[in-house]
Amino acid sequence: MLSTIARRGRLLSTSISIRCASTLIIAEPASDVSALAPSTLAAISAAQKLHSGPITLMLNTSIDPSVVPSSISTILNTNQSDSLAETIAAAVKKAQETYSFSHIVAPATKFGSNVLPRAAAALNCSPITDIIDILSEDTFVRPIYAGSALAKVQSTEVVKVLSVRSTAFDQAEVDGSSATVVDLDVEKQILTEFVKANVSKSDRPELSSANIVVSGGRGMKNGENFHLLEALADKLGGAVGASRAAVDAGYVPNDLQVGQTGKVVAPDLYIAVGISGAIQHLSGMKDSKTIVAINSDAEAPIMQVADYALCQDLFKAVPELTEKL
Amino acid sequence: MKILVGVKRVVDYAVKVRVGADGVNLKNVKMSLNPFCEIAVEEAVKLKENKAANVSEVVALSVGPKQCQETLRTALAMGCDRGIHISTDLRTDYMELQSDAVAKLFQKVIEEKEKDIHLVLVGKQAIDSDCGQVGPALAGYMSWPQCTFASKVDLDGDGLLVERETDSGTETIKVPKLPAVVTCDLRLNTPRYATLPNIMKAKKKKVDTYKAEEFGVDLEVKNKVLEVYEPPSRKEGILVDDVDTLIDKLRNEASVIQ
Repeated sequence: MLSTIARRGRLLSTSISIRCASTLIIAEPASDVSALAPSTLAAISAAQKLHSGPITLMLNTSIDPSVVPSSISTILNTNQSDSLAETIAAAVKKAQETYSFSHIVAPATKFGSNVLPRAAAALNCSPITDIIDILSEDTFVRPIYAGSALAKVQSTEVVKVLSVRSTAFDQAEVDGSSATVVDLDVEKQILTEFVKANVSKSDRPELSSANIVVSGGRGMKNGENFHLLEALADKLGGAVGASRAAVDAGYVPNDLQVGQTGKVVAPDLYIAVGISGAIQHLSGMKDSKTIVAINSDAEAPIMQVADYALCQDLFKAVPELTEKL
Repeated sequence: MKILVGVKRVVDYAVKVRVGADGVNLKNVKMSLNPFCEIAVEEAVKLKENKAANVSEVVALSVGPKQCQETLRTALAMGCDRGIHISTDLRTDYMELQSDAVAKLFQKVIEEKEKDIHLVLVGKQAIDSDCGQVGPALAGYMSWPQCTFASKVDLDGDGLLVERETDSGTETIKVPKLPAVVTCDLRLNTPRYATLPNIMKAKKKKVDTYKAEEFGVDLEVKNKVLEVYEPPSRKEGILVDDVDTLIDKLRNEASVIQ
């Protein structure tokens, strides 16, 4: 008798929690205000796997609902000129006080990693970051030890504060929403000030979401030689990436770094040129559909990981490959 | 200026970890100072050596088992003045003691034990849990300014000018006034090797030990790890003899190019 009552009570509380489920998505600041960033679209698609409740999108500017996926029912505009963590954490706190979301989701980019833990602290919550799979509204999978192990983890927090890895989720279709745009008043913070940005401009596809990536390592010997990889990338319509060694040596800027502490990419084709394949680099590209390694060292760890390994001098092989494609 | 530096004891970066039923196997595995914490220690010591920074003391803080004392000795040998060890046998590689509780322990140390901290330097992430949460969470709990992924830290009046790495390059942030939390990225500096004389001197530096339970922080894990397993392994690849074969395979076998 008592166990039946207890069971009914548990079922009742479960159905209440599902009825009140709603998600806030913290959008990645997009360089182009006429479209959402690919990482935001991946976060939206991830949010659709949590529950069937409404999804709200929070941005620092106004956006046309026609360039937003139909699953978004409300757009919150914070009207802030900066994307500093202090600003956005305050906005998330205000949004949560107003709307009581059950889930708060950000992309697991450098932006999301900067903002989300501070926003979680503002709500006195322990967040779960870099999620690669959503098993239910409270159970997720995330990598640890540079992806050498995966942890299935269940949140016991009342509000689930989460960040999701963009390469693990498809981008939500931009089929236009009928969302209402609501202004969210956020007090200006004075703890930090944005001074300036140094942004690498490129006509090539964005590294994190490109279908093809050509990546160079220490074997490239200097920055000028990267033009060989740029030519190959252009022939394939792909992006250019780099290993930590190449960035540390100053061959290329930091936002090209692929790896455990750089960008994680999962393109259809990843061509690693002159890259030895340390664990930390592999962690950033081992989910690529097809991996090619071009390296004159047959013993390099990457040669064991690659689907196709070409043991040749890259300065001969890369131009030949570019020409013959 | 008084600086607090977080130092974490983690599996050495060169170790290939093995996954068991209870998580990653840590028995007899080489442990080291987390590379990003090492960069944080170096930055703190560099600031101490910079007369303009007027640093009175650099305190290193580590949370974990008794072997963390070795990690603290490394930080002291690099130039920190004192160490604090918060002792716990809970696993700190995401399995038991997680970032949120660690941030709250740091908060307690700042509020109760070391009341005049002007700058907290921590690594941007630990290479075992890969969370990167302690820095921003601590800044949030303290309501302090934060600069994550710092690649350059300069003194600027009463505050700092920090260049930080972003998804599209770098940006410069001004912190008008200290105290603040800065998390350290790869290219901030190149950590020094501790010299033998400094290693000997470090043995005499003070290390205070507290039990994690003493601080009244809820150490109960909020995100329960239900299972740890290896990711699916890739199919074995092949060696191709020349560029022509490679193109053929990519076109006709893998179907990733036209």
